[in-house]
Amino acid sequence: MTGRGAAGRATAGRREGASQSRTGWRDRYNAWLMHHRLSAADSMNRVLDNPVSSAMTWLVIGIALALPTGLNVALDNVSQLSASWDSPAQISLFLQDGISEDRARQLREEVAAREDVAQTLFVSRDEALEEFRALSGFADVLASLEHNPLPHLILVSPVGSSPQSAAVALRAELAGYPDVAQAVLDMEWLQRLNSLMELSRRLVLAVGGLLVVGVVLILGNTIRLAIESRRDEIVIVKLVGGSNAFVRRPFLYTGLWYGVGGGLFAALLVAASLWLLRQPISELATLYQSEFRLRGLGVMGGLNLIILGGLLGLAGSWLAVARHLVEIQPR
Amino acid sequence: MISFDRVSKRFAQGHDALREVSVDIGKDELVFITGHSGAGKTTLLRMIMLMERPSRGQVTIDGQNLAAIGPRGIPRHRRNIGVVFQNHRLLMDRTVFDNVALPLIIAGYDQREVGRRVRAALDKVGLLKRERAMPVTLSGGEQQRVGIARAVVGKPKIILADEPTGNLDPALSAEIMQLFEEFNQVGVTVLIASHDLALISRLRHRIITLREGRLVAGSKA
Ligand SMILES: Nc1ncnc2c1ncn2[C@@H]1O[C@H](COP(=O)(O)OP(=O)(O)O)[C@@H](O)[C@H]1O
Ligand SMILES: [Mg+2]
Repeated sequence: MTGRGAAGRATAGRREGASQSRTGWRDRYNAWLMHHRLSAADSMNRVLDNPVSSAMTWLVIGIALALPTGLNVALDNVSQLSASWDSPAQISLFLQDGISEDRARQLREEVAAREDVAQTLFVSRDEALEEFRALSGFADVLASLEHNPLPHLILVSPVGSSPQSAAVALRAELAGYPDVAQAVLDMEWLQRLNSLMELSRRLVLAVGGLLVVGVVLILGNTIRLAIESRRDEIVIVKLVGGSNAFVRRPFLYTGLWYGVGGGLFAALLVAASLWLLRQPISELATLYQSEFRLRGLGVMGGLNLIILGGLLGLAGSWLAVARHLVEIQPR
Repeated sequence: MISFDRVSKRFAQGHDALREVSVDIGKDELVFITGHSGAGKTTLLRMIMLMERPSRGQVTIDGQNLAAIGPRGIPRHRRNIGVVFQNHRLLMDRTVFDNVALPLIIAGYDQREVGRRVRAALDKVGLLKRERAMPVTLSGGEQQRVGIARAVVGKPKIILADEPTGNLDPALSAEIMQLFEEFNQVGVTVLIASHDLALISRLRHRIITLREGRLVAGSKA
């Protein structure tokens, strides 16, 4: 107290002048800033004063946000995986039954001469049987067959970086050759996977949208209860000249803290589940000699989740505040 | 300072709380409003605070017609008026200091100034030592004095008090009234609703009497 001396008196004097007409922009800005700081701290204290119920709110919001986020991360990983399989598309030409090996080799030359074909490989029916016998373990069964059931096979690789549609067109043309019984594009399952993924993405989006609405409503209700429990205080603040913005501010911060906490919980939940999956997936990848590594949320992803949570918190509290604060008028 | 011009207030149920009330209150006056319960004292004070609007007539304060103040202007208007309620209306989960500081926080004073002013106000009402106390630990008279400190801490030009001594014994009531007189002596307009005629008639200030919403005495100083 003794240290305040002259400096204290000087500021007091200046403040006195300012208080006569509290309209200066600087004063108003400072006041506004200070109340933001007070509200933010006060709301934070209130949230932390009830750790159990606050943690419950955070967890509910965290789960609601983690679900679509986690699914999205999973889809990202699958599409990363399928992208690495995209390039070596291959068309298998199974030839008609009665065709001689010479005719088959001739057909292979014809196909190889095409501009849109990069490479061809001929597998005669005898070679195919041999290979099948060696690999399948059905040697005894095969030996008992009277004749070779397998057709001649030509494996066709489309030129290097041709897009999927080109490979599809090539398959259709080759299927039209009279000597070809069946032309199979090995990529087909990949296409199916891709359209399945597209479908999943939309589903995740829809579910995510619903959960986001849910989060806003949950937060709105939490804030409504907070407003209700502080009704007397709101009335008194309005009686002594608190503006709507002033009354609103602490509740907006409460919503913000719940939302930010929820976003943080969501990021932790996603990170934890990925961490649990990391070990088995890397073992699986080693087994398949793949370079695949599980991709996580990343720092930016986590940050975005927290920001999203904060925005939803603000949205929810705006909803509650807009509906319930004006109703509370001094009586 | 405060001027009522043929002000009437009819509530939704058709009940007339005020009828054609006209009165002028000067800047340096301390005025008592008296009358039986239900005479309209509270309604009159609530109009000054814009908690109620007249059905007919005009209220003017410091040259400003209150009809011109919209909902967004109400908070600023209330910041220029200090109010004391019969039931104190304190924040029960805040300290005495925080309660008194509230109007200053709303007005946006910096921390040091808030501390200085709150202590000055508490000193004035004799509660400087209780600044860290919670309101529930105080007696009725002390709680009322906290309410008074809160009303005066922002240095308003007008102080309104609705039955400020309603729950207090005569000695405490006299003390409270003396506080209001002290504020009035430094230039604050003070308006006190009270039906404690024995007390207020001893104090030699103008007394406005309401009966069933009509002003029956004291319209002129
Ligand atoms: N909000 C209201 N709605 C209806 N009637 C009211 C309302 N407020 C006050 N009154 C009525 O107006 C009259 C004056 O009330 P009031 O100003 O509180 O009187 P006082 O403060 O002198 O006791 C009373 O009859 C009361 O019932
Ligand atoms: Mg009354």
